[in-house]
Amino acid sequence: MRILKLIYKNTLRHKLRSSLTILGIAIAVIAFGLLRTVVTAWYVGVEAAAADRMITRHSVSFIFPLPYSYKQKIEGISGVQEVSFANWFGGTYKDKNNFFARMAVGDNMLDVYPEYAVPKDQLDVYNKERNSCVVGKDIAEKYNFKLGDIITMDGDIYPGQWDFVVRGIYQPKYKTTDGTQMFFHWEYLNERMTKEMPGRANDVGWYIIKIKDQTQSATISEKVDALFKNSPAETKTETERAFNQGFLASTSAIITAMNVMSFMIIGIIMLVLGNTMIMASRERTREYAVFKTLGFSGFHMIGLILGESMFIACLGSFVGLALVFPIVASFEKFIPKTFFPVFYIEPITLILAVSAALFIGIAASIFPIQRVLNTKIVEGFRFVG
Amino acid sequence: MKIPLKYTFRSFKAKKLTTVITISGISLVVFVFAAVLMMAHGVEKTLVATGSPDNLKITRKAANGEISSIIDPETQNVIRTLPDIGKNPDGTQLITNEPVVIINISKGSGELSNVTVRGIGKVGMQIRPQVKIVEGRMFNFGLRELIAGESLHKRFPDAQVGSKVKLAGDYWSVVGVFTSNGSGFDSELWGDAIQLLGAFNRGSTCSSITLKLADINKSDDFKKAFDSDRRLQQFEYDTETQYYEKQSAFLATFIRILGIFITVIFSFGATIGAMITMYSAVANRTVEIGTLRSLGFRRRSILGSFLIESLAISLIGGAIGLALASFLQFFSISTINFSSFSELAFSFALSPSIIINSLIFALIMGILGGFLPSERAARMNIVTALRAG
Repeated sequence: MRILKLIYKNTLRHKLRSSLTILGIAIAVIAFGLLRTVVTAWYVGVEAAAADRMITRHSVSFIFPLPYSYKQKIEGISGVQEVSFANWFGGTYKDKNNFFARMAVGDNMLDVYPEYAVPKDQLDVYNKERNSCVVGKDIAEKYNFKLGDIITMDGDIYPGQWDFVVRGIYQPKYKTTDGTQMFFHWEYLNERMTKEMPGRANDVGWYIIKIKDQTQSATISEKVDALFKNSPAETKTETERAFNQGFLASTSAIITAMNVMSFMIIGIIMLVLGNTMIMASRERTREYAVFKTLGFSGFHMIGLILGESMFIACLGSFVGLALVFPIVASFEKFIPKTFFPVFYIEPITLILAVSAALFIGIAASIFPIQRVLNTKIVEGFRFVG
Repeated sequence: MKIPLKYTFRSFKAKKLTTVITISGISLVVFVFAAVLMMAHGVEKTLVATGSPDNLKITRKAANGEISSIIDPETQNVIRTLPDIGKNPDGTQLITNEPVVIINISKGSGELSNVTVRGIGKVGMQIRPQVKIVEGRMFNFGLRELIAGESLHKRFPDAQVGSKVKLAGDYWSVVGVFTSNGSGFDSELWGDAIQLLGAFNRGSTCSSITLKLADINKSDDFKKAFDSDRRLQQFEYDTETQYYEKQSAFLATFIRILGIFITVIFSFGATIGAMITMYSAVANRTVEIGTLRSLGFRRRSILGSFLIESLAISLIGGAIGLALASFLQFFSISTINFSSFSELAFSFALSPSIIINSLIFALIMGILGGFLPSERAARMNIVTALRAG
């Protein structure tokens, strides 16, 4: 027990230095937490994917449309419960910087995606009207969309001016659900395309297939793609998870950069704490010699130095944990919502941050411990700071 | 009287390990800082180099990138009637209507990646003299052949001379590799515009129009005619350079904001490290400081000496960090450009302003970390300082 008291007293001997070190570790925990949270937000599309949904798109790339006639054919495959579809609308709302996803969707889209929860009465009105749309809670807040408002879009992929009436505002059901999308009737889009650009009528961007049994996904994917093999529009069918992952694969350089950086933070902080411990043990060289003379073993010395290092590391990570929540929250306010629709701290992030701090505590004490153990008593007494 | 610099450097020697650790901390932070700026600069440099200031590029106003821009045949004809468009000796206009699509190509590890395919006409090559074939040959107009940009050629097993790429139910052979000196075109596949339009069933609708004016400095007539034509209301023109600058804005800003946010947090850590080192330097040398003072050195000289010590540490750290970061110039990485939705390969690029900014950043860390401890040293009372230890 005495040794604990000694550790405590030692830590307090240089209050300024110890508190600076604690602050340094706290900052590292915060930075680590923030970086990992950004990576989590990046992957949220993959997390949000449902296991019983599959996506069918054009085999060359997602920018090529598929014929509407595929819907019926896919529905005929056994194991398929429901088929919906969507088109990426793109376009600009007032200014190019106002980005959020806008999609023309089949009428049963919201059945296939139950996580976009629209109140029943709003849904009924939406389904009745041709040019109505449903927007996510987050963009409704950001652009102040209210039920009954008219949103005017400038089309790019679908040229011209488009008006939509807001008839529903959906609430994201889960933490990982994106609340920044806008859906409207595919029929509305298709009618106008039939009139203005008949060549592009009955085009569908991608199909969403809800399957009965999620273990059947591989078989169903093969069956769908076989159905359209050697047609002008061959398909590629994969689970929603794999589809979303495909989008992320191309950003892997950025993710790698962030991961490298989170390790660098650990490195920098290891240097700071290591520095503190080396300086402390250097100043106390003579004291350690006294301890040794009094008969304390190497084991005690290790306990003393490691204990102090761990004590500082624990305090630092504690302060860091307390601060990481408000800081992540303010960072979330700072960046546009549509960039990272979902932003939250995963428990695993916290666990990783704390274990990194503890690891730093151990690593930082190795060098001073080695030095103390290798210093002979006489040399220790002779040492001049 | 000033304290000799020798004193400062001797004291580094006295506590080698601590000094080395502080220097490495600062050099790591400067390394990250410089790397982030180099990455953002690399993206800009690559994309801006893609365009030529002599060419004008026309796209749909509402479109964020070329792939979502659509220009119908009537508009294409209207644009052809605008004044002052450059001409070849044989009378053909220097104008190229280019369809742009994205296809998926395997990166080798089974991962698919988005790649831009651009259809060009004969004029397309002519108004981009920087583009040169480095391997194989130019594709034949009228045939289903492609040439691949150099960066693609390096990273994709399917973008080699002799390999085949599947496009719209047909195999196209890659017959050549071209370079445009590391610009954005190097991440694209090029083929005959007419063949591509046919293959993708696009009629004669193109994505963008690039043209060369007879004289770019006398563009007023062209601009006036363009702006006043009601049929062109939904379209806009930029010089090619401006267009690509805009395309790089989003990705470069994103890298910068995220990177600077993180380095600022990092720098707190390193500043604290410097502060700890300097405080302990002051504490260890209390008696020395007392001696110096009684020898007649001024408080100001002592403040200066300790500040110089911490500035020297931070500058050495900054220089090491920069030297390490400059090696990154040999690497090129690729990521998706959100504006074009396809892969863009670029290298880290160093610029004089990045060097200056990084060193200033290091110095700030040194000043912040060194000022308080130096001030404490300067304020010490001679008698108590001499008695300490």
